Amino acid sequence: MTLSNSVDRGPLFFRDRDWHPAAYTPGYKTSMTRAPQRALVALGSTLSEETGPAFGQSMIGALDNNLVMNFTGQPAVGERIIMHGRVLDEQGRGVPNVLVEMWQANAGGRYRHKKDGYLAPLDPNFGGCGRTLTGPDGSYEFLTIRPGAYPWPNHVNNWRPMHIHWSVFGSGFGQRLITQNYFQGDPLIDLCPIVNTIGKKEAIDMLVAALDMNRAIPMDCLAYKFDIVLRGRRQSFFENRKEGM
Amino acid sequence: MVQRLDYLKETPSQTAGPYVHIGLTPNALGNPGIYPEDLGRSPIRDGAKGERIVITGRVIDGAGMILRDALFESWQADADGIYPANDPRGQADPAVTGWARVAADFDSGIWRLETIKPGRVPFPDGRLMAPHIAIWLVARGINLGLQTRIYFEDEAEANAVCPVLNRIEHVERRLTLLARKTAPGTYSLDFRLQGEGETVFFDM
Ligand SMILES: [Fe+3]
Repeated sequence: MTLSNSVDRGPLFFRDRDWHPAAYTPGYKTSMTRAPQRALVALGSTLSEETGPAFGQSMIGALDNNLVMNFTGQPAVGERIIMHGRVLDEQGRGVPNVLVEMWQANAGGRYRHKKDGYLAPLDPNFGGCGRTLTGPDGSYEFLTIRPGAYPWPNHVNNWRPMHIHWSVFGSGFGQRLITQNYFQGDPLIDLCPIVNTIGKKEAIDMLVAALDMNRAIPMDCLAYKFDIVLRGRRQSFFENRKEGM
Repeated sequence: MVQRLDYLKETPSQTAGPYVHIGLTPNALGNPGIYPEDLGRSPIRDGAKGERIVITGRVIDGAGMILRDALFESWQADADGIYPANDPRGQADPAVTGWARVAADFDSGIWRLETIKPGRVPFPDGRLMAPHIAIWLVARGINLGLQTRIYFEDEAEANAVCPVLNRIEHVERRLTLLARKTAPGTYSLDFRLQGEGETVFFDM
C-alpha cells in the first residue's frame, strides 16, 4: 500500500438508503434473521470513513483480470465476454487506482466452492475470480466467461439470473461497496428475490450491463459495459478543515 | 423547471452471498493458484509501533445462530492516530497498513484480528474520538454492508468523551461496541446482527 496525496478528501455524500435495498426483505429469506432491527446511528463521515486503504499495481498479476486463463493457463469453457466499464463517483468523475475484485459461477452455473453442490460440473480450467486496478480515468476491464444461471434454496424454484459479484474500493473506507451485475435481456432478472430486494426499477437498471458491440472483438468475444458508481464527496469552500484536523 | 443537478446515483448494493470467499479470500477457501496470497491478511507488519492486541469474536444472527459465512474488513489508524493511506495529516507508521480482511472460521464461526491498538483520531470538529477500528461487515442475507466500530473497554476516559460514542442515545447500547479485555493484550467482542444486544450499526 502506498500513500496517495492526490485523492479527494471531502466528507462523503450521505447514502440514499431508499435507493439501496432495505436490510429486512422477506422475499430473500436469509435477510430476515440477519437484518438489524434498530435504527442505524446516523452522523456525517469522519476521517475513519474518508480515508481508506490504497493498493499498488505491483500487487496485480498479469492474468489477474483474465478469468479465461488465470486458473490453469488453459482456457475455460463457455461464452467468452469482456466486462468493462468505469468506476465513477456521484459527481461523475472517474475514480483512479482503486481495487476492483469480482467472482462468479462458471458457464454451467457452478461455483468453485465446497458448499456449492449444484449438479452442473466444475470446469477444471475455471477458478472464478479476478481483480484489477482502475486506470487514470477509472476504467477497468476483465476477460471472462458468461456465468450460467443457477437454482438456489429460497422459495421453491428460485433461480439466480446470470450475474457477476463485484467488490469495489474507493479512496475512503465509507465508500466500500459489494454488488452484482446482471446481463441485458435475461428474463430471470425480474423474477429474482435478491434483485427485488431493491425497490426502485431505476436502481435495478443500474445493475444491468449493456451488450456493447463496439467493444466486442470479432471472431473472439462479446462485450458488456458495467459502470459502477461510488459515494461522492462534498467539496465546500465553507467547510475547509483547518490543517492538522 | 429548474436546472438539473446531474449527480449520479450510487450503484445499489447486493448481498455478498454465500460464496464471497471465492472472490475475496480464495486461498483461505482452498482455491489456491490464482493469487499468490489473499489480500489483507494482516493490518500490520513486523516492527509496528504500539501495543500488540488480539481481538476475537463471532457474528450472531437474530435466531442466535453463529454465522460461518461472515466476512468483515477493518480499517484503523496507527498508534499515533494517523491513517496509513489518504490521510491529509501526514505519513503513518510504514509498518502499519491499517486494513485487514477477516473471515469467520468455516467451522466454528470465530474470527480473529491481530493488530495494534490504534491511536485517537480527530472528529471533524477537532475533538478526539476514542481509539477504534472501523468495521465493514458482509455475509449472505446482508443486503448492504454493515458499518460498525470496535472500541475498547479499557479506554474509559477516551470513550467517555468520544463524539461518536456519545451520539448513541441509549447509553447501554454503547456497550455493544466495546471489546472486553479478557487478558493482557487480548479482547473479545461479538457482533450481534439482530435482537437482544444488537450491535450499533452506523450510517456515516
Ligand atoms: Fe452468485
